[in-house]
Amino acid sequence: MTLLRKAGASWLPIYAGLYLLFLYLPVLLLPVFSVNASAIPVFPLKGLTFDWYRSLAGNDALINALWNSLLVGVASALLATVLGICAARAITRYRFRGRRPMTAVIMAPLFLPEIIIAISLLMVAMQLGLGLSLILVIFGHVLICLPYSATVLISGFEGFDPSFEEASADLGETAFGTLTRVTLPILMPAIISSLLVSFTISLDEFIIAFFLSGSEPTLPIYIWGQLRFPAKLPGVLALGTLMLLASLLLLTFAEMLRRRAAKRTQLDGGFHA
Amino acid sequence: MLDTVSAASKPMIEISGLRKSFGNFEALKSISLNVQEGEFFSLLGPSGCGKTTLLRLLAGFGEQTAGTIAIDGQDMTGRPANRRPTNMVFQSYAIFPHMNVEENVGYGLKRLKLDRQEEQRRVREALDRVELGALGKRRANELSGGQRQRVALARALVMRPKVLLLDEPLSALDKKLREQMQVELRHLQKAVGITFILVTHDQYEALALSDRVAIMFDGQVAQVGTPKDIYQNPVSRKVADFLGGMNFVDAEIAEENGVSLTLDAAGFGRVRAPKPQGYQSMGRQITLGIRPERLRVLWDDDQAEHQIGGQVIDRHYFGEVTQLIVEIPGFKAPLAVTETNDFGADDIPVGSAIRLAYDPDALVAMND
Ligand SMILES: Nc1ncnc2c1ncn2[C@@H]1O[C@H](COP(=O)(O)OP(=O)(O)OP(=O)(O)O)[C@@H](O)[C@H]1O
Ligand SMILES: [Mg+2]
Repeated sequence: MTLLRKAGASWLPIYAGLYLLFLYLPVLLLPVFSVNASAIPVFPLKGLTFDWYRSLAGNDALINALWNSLLVGVASALLATVLGICAARAITRYRFRGRRPMTAVIMAPLFLPEIIIAISLLMVAMQLGLGLSLILVIFGHVLICLPYSATVLISGFEGFDPSFEEASADLGETAFGTLTRVTLPILMPAIISSLLVSFTISLDEFIIAFFLSGSEPTLPIYIWGQLRFPAKLPGVLALGTLMLLASLLLLTFAEMLRRRAAKRTQLDGGFHA
Repeated sequence: MLDTVSAASKPMIEISGLRKSFGNFEALKSISLNVQEGEFFSLLGPSGCGKTTLLRLLAGFGEQTAGTIAIDGQDMTGRPANRRPTNMVFQSYAIFPHMNVEENVGYGLKRLKLDRQEEQRRVREALDRVELGALGKRRANELSGGQRQRVALARALVMRPKVLLLDEPLSALDKKLREQMQVELRHLQKAVGITFILVTHDQYEALALSDRVAIMFDGQVAQVGTPKDIYQNPVSRKVADFLGGMNFVDAEIAEENGVSLTLDAAGFGRVRAPKPQGYQSMGRQITLGIRPERLRVLWDDDQAEHQIGGQVIDRHYFGEVTQLIVEIPGFKAPLAVTETNDFGADDIPVGSAIRLAYDPDALVAMND
């Protein structure tokens, strides 16, 4: 019995290690092959080169797609977060009729296949005679980001004592001043999380962008297009590596911001006199 | 009876016919009250009687259903919280967690657009006043409960309000700290001279701190008066009960004139007592009350002009005092007697016969 447990205990780290390797090895191969001198991603490696990275810089189509993606990501994150703030405030502060159905509607896209959302939006756009554009993509992305941003924000708002706002008003501050000096700063950690989650979801979303972006591809659409040409593969690998790095940096930065804000606003924990 | 405050003072708060309903529920039922300038005034009552509701209406949170509030002669109807000459100390203190102590205290001053030095001077002054001078850079999560309470006080006082509203500011503190803060609160109020309205459900706090107290039940004011006045002359059984122990005895009205009643009560014989406020002649029965500490144990051969005999049926030891439960022949309920332990009241055996002395002036007639 103890022997078994001992054996289990010594095997557990190995199992965990293998598991992580299995999950992340493919991702780790990306940077390795992106600096490989050969265009074909097989071992053994042929030698070190940064040509693939250099080729990215002069690629207008790629830079265009990157720009589109950033635009869509930032716009979706901002919109989803603003809407999420309104929804979270209403749901946590007021007891009104239709509160539960409303929550359900906000959460619904979580359970709808993206392809259904994409097709429905496409149909609506066709019916209204709207051309396909990034605006439609943003619209779709807000829809799928909202459940996540609302969840993050609702939990943020739940810890928010309404008497903070009353105290501010009591000290002579206007409603707008209270919003900017008290409410938003205290909720900053939740807002940052919501922006980050939404931006990340939008950045790598494929199906909706594929259906609705028309002649303005986002980065995932561009990459998918490139995969048809074997010669372009190393360039895609280089691009993927850069994206990996960028998202790591972004995550670290946002988490640092969030922690700093959270540490400042946390009421319990920390030092007690 | 409102004239216990000096005639020179003027009313700072005038509340008349104030009502507040939440849906069908009437939280305040026609409240009329005056509070003088510079007064330490308490709202005392059990949980749910509407104290917070009244305080919030004074601060400008929520709108009254009917009636008016005037502060310093100005009608406050429709005026929002940020434009009222009141400041509030919240029960949860509501210290802004993203700011340090100085920023919290200076929060309201920022809008006044003072020059930097004047602003800093006022923040310093307020912090020194509550003895927090050394902690200006601390954050809310680095403060103890008592310190937070002081920050909340400083943050409100720095605005120099005409009225400071305090909603159970001490209830979150432990007993020792609470007693210390009560003394400080009283000193602070005397030092700044601002009108204080304190909400509390702790009768000792209200009695110890206030110039006057309003006792509330079920959205109504039952009695207003100085602490001594309401403790010694409660108008009703409810008020008497809420302010500490009281023995109730049934009495019969023998005679009635303009200001006093002549009563017959078993054991006490014929006594005369002032009419309670709001007395309405309703039959011949009335309740007579006497506080347990106004009964005194007579030892050995001691004699008193007014005395009553009985048997000890129970005894409770409280450290500095002992409470004896004494059964008196002819009484419906036994009397509680509180006696200091100097002479050995804690050694009186249960079952022994005992004589009690009382002062007839300590007997109060009360409405039901
Ligand atoms: N926003 C509201 N909606 C509905 N009912 C309310 C609301 N605020 C207060 N009440 C009710 O009004 C009554 C008085 O409430 P209030 O908070 O003034 O009591 P309180 O005297 O301050 O009690 P406590 O000592 O428990 O704080 C209570 O019965 C309460 O349930
Ligand atoms: Mg209350």
